[in-house]
Amino acid sequence: MLASIGVKSINDLFDEIPENLRAGKLTQVPEGQSEMEVGRLMQARANQDGTYLNFIGAGAYEHHIPAAVWEIVTRGEFYSAYTPYQAEASQGTLQLLYEYQTMMASLTGMDVSNASLYDGASGLAESVLMAVRAHKQARKILMPSTVHPIYRRVVQAIVKNQNIELVEIPHGNEGGHTIPESLKNYEGGEFAALVIPQPNFFGVLEEVDALTDWAHAHNMFAIGLVNPTALALLTPPGNWGEKGADITVGEGQPLGAPLSSGGPYYGFLCCKQALVRQMPGRIIGRTVDKNGKSGFALTLQAREQHIRRSKATSNICTNQGLVVAASTIYMALLGPEGLERVARASHANTLALVERLTAIKGVTRVFNRPVFHEAVLRLDAPVADALRALEAQGILGGYDLSEHYPHLGQALLICATETRTREDIEQYAFHLERIVSKRRLDPPCAVKANPNV
Amino acid sequence: MLIFEHSQTGRGNPSQAPLSKAEVKDIPEKFRRKQKPLLPEISEMQAVRHYTRLSQKNFSIDTHFYPLGSCTMKYNPRACNKLAMLPNLLGRHPYAPESTGQGFLACMYELQEMLKDVTGMKAVSLTPLAGAQGEFAGVAMIRAYHESRGDQGRTEILVPDAAHGTNPATAVMCGYTVREIPTDANGDVDIESLKAAVGPQTAGLMLTNPSTLGVFERKIHEISKIVHEAGGLLYYDGANLNAILGRVKPGDMGFDVIHMNLHKTFSTPHGGGGPGAGPVAANSRLEPFLPVPIVGQVQDKYLWETEKTRPQSIGRLSANMGNAGVLLRAYVYARLLGREGMHRVAEFSTLNANYIMAELARRGFILAFPKRRATHEFVLTFKQLKEETGVSAMDVAKRLLDKGFHAPTTYFPLLVPECFLIEPTETEAKEELDRFIAAMDEILKEAHSSAEMVKGAPHTLPVKRLDDVRAARELDLAWKRTG
Repeated sequence: MLASIGVKSINDLFDEIPENLRAGKLTQVPEGQSEMEVGRLMQARANQDGTYLNFIGAGAYEHHIPAAVWEIVTRGEFYSAYTPYQAEASQGTLQLLYEYQTMMASLTGMDVSNASLYDGASGLAESVLMAVRAHKQARKILMPSTVHPIYRRVVQAIVKNQNIELVEIPHGNEGGHTIPESLKNYEGGEFAALVIPQPNFFGVLEEVDALTDWAHAHNMFAIGLVNPTALALLTPPGNWGEKGADITVGEGQPLGAPLSSGGPYYGFLCCKQALVRQMPGRIIGRTVDKNGKSGFALTLQAREQHIRRSKATSNICTNQGLVVAASTIYMALLGPEGLERVARASHANTLALVERLTAIKGVTRVFNRPVFHEAVLRLDAPVADALRALEAQGILGGYDLSEHYPHLGQALLICATETRTREDIEQYAFHLERIVSKRRLDPPCAVKANPNV
Repeated sequence: MLIFEHSQTGRGNPSQAPLSKAEVKDIPEKFRRKQKPLLPEISEMQAVRHYTRLSQKNFSIDTHFYPLGSCTMKYNPRACNKLAMLPNLLGRHPYAPESTGQGFLACMYELQEMLKDVTGMKAVSLTPLAGAQGEFAGVAMIRAYHESRGDQGRTEILVPDAAHGTNPATAVMCGYTVREIPTDANGDVDIESLKAAVGPQTAGLMLTNPSTLGVFERKIHEISKIVHEAGGLLYYDGANLNAILGRVKPGDMGFDVIHMNLHKTFSTPHGGGGPGAGPVAANSRLEPFLPVPIVGQVQDKYLWETEKTRPQSIGRLSANMGNAGVLLRAYVYARLLGREGMHRVAEFSTLNANYIMAELARRGFILAFPKRRATHEFVLTFKQLKEETGVSAMDVAKRLLDKGFHAPTTYFPLLVPECFLIEPTETEAKEELDRFIAAMDEILKEAHSSAEMVKGAPHTLPVKRLDDVRAARELDLAWKRTG
């Protein structure tokens, strides 16, 4: 090979690189190991982390994933292909994405779906940018405090450099929701969109019809932020109010992606037909080949960065193709009936959990409105201490709300999906009861100092 | 046939969802869905067969040579997938406490350390979810840096005209205007134009090195000096890091901030278009602005560094810590390769590219930059072929599919007409490169002897050339039930 190129050594191939740059030898990277050794290392690391009985939701949900899902997804033909630029050699990925778009548009009740974004939080940021582009006049967004607090931070980080302002709407103290009547404070404020979470971060159901209609009456877009599992039971955003939401976005993880410390997940983004050209990300269309045979291709590429460069709708390039493939197969395997059973079981288990835990003295429910599969509890003890004590018993007891919602006091967000059993709930209750009662009887440091008792 | 066309009302997989249909106790009727979503009703076997068959319509690295320039389609070792999918790693909730994730965090911390070494930078954040998000982070950090100094007049980002489309798109997302810098005839940034362009309005320059033209930017020290003297910062687009892995460190070239595409250089799967991972690394000047969370270490414990300990951070880019599963695959890859393996990556990817380039040039293909070495990739132009035969770069690409090769990147870089950007990567054997060279040679002959046949390619795939214009004009983005 060297002779063919006309050089004496591989080093000669780097002779255009300035001499003083070519000394970049690695020092901190360890020596390579065999597959067996790395396997042993990874197994030890995984063992170190153990397994826990999980009652945390807060945007990432533990659901059963049928065995077939990742068996198929990790086939090399899906796993090791890339963005379907050569459509004729990528009909598998393209058709799958078209089927995904169909399923997602139907689940959300919207006209069209793109082929996915990075995750729910960055997807919400993209939907905000999309609304501002389509609105053309306003650059402010109404963002309820019932939207996931980290999503709000992510949106802020992504849109702030484009002079877009997020205006927070406080939530009602009794319902834990956005009170429709409170919106009159924002009338005449020239907003591009109202974000409507359903269920919201507290698990609570919002008055989506009233909120959507209010947004439309005041010349703004309604952006639905939804949990896809919940949509098996709840009115899809396309049917909210008189006209339906304009844009729907959310985290796709519940549909077949493992928790995996937070990723890879994907964001779904759907909209009304009229907004399709403002959508960011890949979109797949069905067309015909030159013999009239049906086939699939990337379409509306004139929106994208590789064509439009500085005038693109977004800098987004990849989607989360493989995770979307998992979701598509997940939805195909469950079907409408299976997904509804998952949603029903998650709802029922969460209600059972709330009922059982609030039977404990010193544990109360915070909000009085209906929920999907999460709820907020208040403890008669510092949440961080209780969670630490539960952890020592192998239980992850929920998401501590004190950092983002200090006004709620010692509040905890809990979740029980279809994967939690009656025994799991009983176990949680058993330990929480001991922890809370011990806390009442003993000085504050006792729990912390000796969590195993 | 679409999955929906296999569907029969009432068919399903009862064992894959809860067996009983739990009562909905607490959702008032006004919130309830009235019409079932359009999801298929099929058996497990039907689903498995349908999606297995669909997969077989794909070209992939596991089945085909895939020399897609600028995408680094190297082999994805199976161990990376298997070990990243160990049950405890898959089952860990992103908001589980640090104390329950010390094994996972150790992997992430060590990956950060290795990436610092590879880039020659002071600190790394793993959180960006893809290359474009890593770019966004880098440019947002540049902006935050200037703002922290009260330097408000810097409104412009410089981008060479050869840059990836994401670069100008990213600069705009960060609120900058974009000014393009021309490239000279040998593929280097035009220094005089750069000198004329910099000034008190310059926030920074985004540069890929090796550039998208498949050549190393030789005047990098001079470029760095010009931009820095004007008060701007230098951003490194790590798309082409594979060419210099273990041989040249971007930090040594004068870059202040860099993003890496782990789905390229660190061999995490491309997955039909993602998920990727785009960690961002910075020198000491930009370190305070890195996105959070970052994995820190206090004594022998790993923990998350957040906004609390890094108040100048540009903030968060995702709900969690990034594409953890992708990062784990990259970590396993790095441990398998080790230091020496990484040095070999740059050597063999560069060797393979130069070999194909030399062999194709010998067979009459026209190089865009004949006086230059290839890096890990190089550019051909079919401008002359098109003039002579009517056969375009796209036609040659489609004909390659017939011969069992994924096409190289076509019509990018935009500066070279009718071009191919060819990147073989280090994982291909010489025999495969020779087969590709032979196929290219055949196509060149076919273009002269039977141009119409080449223009009609592909002939052997599930579909013929698709009507893109119709796809965009008569939008069909979702299947509708008829009758």
